[in-house]
Amino acid sequence: MSAQPIADNLFTEDMSALIGARNRETGHIFFPLPLTPDDNIEPIRLATRGTVWTYTVQRFPPKEPYAGPTDPEKFRPYAVAYVSLPGQTMVESRLTGVDVDDVRIGMEVELTAIPLDPEAPPEEQKLIHAFKPVQGE
Amino acid sequence: MSDVCIVGAGIHPFGRTEGRDGMDQGIFAVKQALADSGIEWKDVEFAFGGSAASGNADNMVSQLGLTGIQFINVSNGCATGGSALNAAVSAIKSGEYEMGMAVGFDKHPRGAFNADPSAYGLPNWYGEAGYMLTVQFFGAKIMRYLHEHNISRETLGRVAEKAFRNGVKTDHAWRRSEVDLETIMNAPMICDPLTKYMFCSPAEGAVALILASEKKAQELGVPIIRLKSSVMRTRPPGSFEVFAASIDNERGGTATEIASKAAFEQAGMGPEDIDIAQLQDTESGAEIMHMAENGFCKPGEQEQWLLEGWSDISGKLPINTDGGCLACGEPIGASGLRQVYENVVQLRGTAGARQVPGDPKTAYTQVYGAPGVSAVTILQR
Repeated sequence: MSAQPIADNLFTEDMSALIGARNRETGHIFFPLPLTPDDNIEPIRLATRGTVWTYTVQRFPPKEPYAGPTDPEKFRPYAVAYVSLPGQTMVESRLTGVDVDDVRIGMEVELTAIPLDPEAPPEEQKLIHAFKPVQGE
Repeated sequence: MSDVCIVGAGIHPFGRTEGRDGMDQGIFAVKQALADSGIEWKDVEFAFGGSAASGNADNMVSQLGLTGIQFINVSNGCATGGSALNAAVSAIKSGEYEMGMAVGFDKHPRGAFNADPSAYGLPNWYGEAGYMLTVQFFGAKIMRYLHEHNISRETLGRVAEKAFRNGVKTDHAWRRSEVDLETIMNAPMICDPLTKYMFCSPAEGAVALILASEKKAQELGVPIIRLKSSVMRTRPPGSFEVFAASIDNERGGTATEIASKAAFEQAGMGPEDIDIAQLQDTESGAEIMHMAENGFCKPGEQEQWLLEGWSDISGKLPINTDGGCLACGEPIGASGLRQVYENVVQLRGTAGARQVPGDPKTAYTQVYGAPGVSAVTILQR
């Protein structure tokens, strides 16, 4: 068995997009799907490209419930951004493929999936959502 | 209508007190407030109180005396103290009571607050993947604010520098030594753009305030501080709050803006009428944003304010004269009441080395917390 998403209902089945939620009455779009099913909420496929609206960098290993590497030797600071998906919502997401010191507001980014612990054996790897800079722009 | 007055104020020093639990710190503050107003516990007709981590406030009666009074526990996160005060004011305004108390206390373990995703309606992956940290929210929020309003990171450092400078002069503060700007800026980054010295820490402490109707206050013959407004509000659509897996593209207002506007209306005043302000400074960025959200400047002007020292104790609007949360720490239940305590001391002119010059007559407080609550008071001597 290969790497699996960290949770159901996070990505679409083919892992090509995140699943968002739309309120059928108001049209309000948010992420992720609510924990309890709601007739008023329908799942939607979120856009896979957007821009960094803001970000920060997690510089120290988080405590529980964090499930990634926390060993100070192995921990690498990670960037957390709000990525604005046009016409939909802003999704909180890690950034990847860019040095944390090079992240800028307004960067164009696209969705990918990364292992929570890159050093875990492949069959145990859990995939989380992340956005990476759009190449060649 | 006649005003509700603050006739007594007590505080247990903030920070760390080994061997004394949160509620005992609360008792300490209550006894000090009673002595300050020259009354006894049996004279207190009702109380509102709360703590986030140190038990039910109404249990205080077992130490203070079983007088049978109405004692209602308040649990409103970071606005617990402000909400207790708000409720106490309403009880007196209603005419049902003449004199009562608002009290808040807490004692938190060291380190950042632990949070459980399910308590916020979030899936477990949100915590596992490393998003369940309040510090990320603070970093991301002020990162955007600095960008939008062209404010430098040094301004964040100057807020912290001022806090520690004021803390040195404050008996009840936790951090009592100055930290220079260079040290603050070069300290380890916690969540960009905020370094270690730009965050407050969970702490311990307690504050009690005795409130009375104007008639009762005059009978007591103590210095009278009038509560011209006490307002608590929750967030509007499109605000940016902690632990949000998504936020709307369309941005909205804030709970503080709503509370501030209502408080000024209630008092019949505007920001230009205020002599001193205590603003929520969970981290340096919060003070900067709250300066504008409360109407004391326009977004972007904070850069010049901090550079020119306009929010220093000797400035045109002293802000966080006791060093705020940055120097005092943040015991959730007590924090909002500490701001009011500081204003009472300042308006009485008994703040010693940190006394705001020029005989201040009006003072403002604003507390803000998760998930988008804000409480504002305006005091007048």
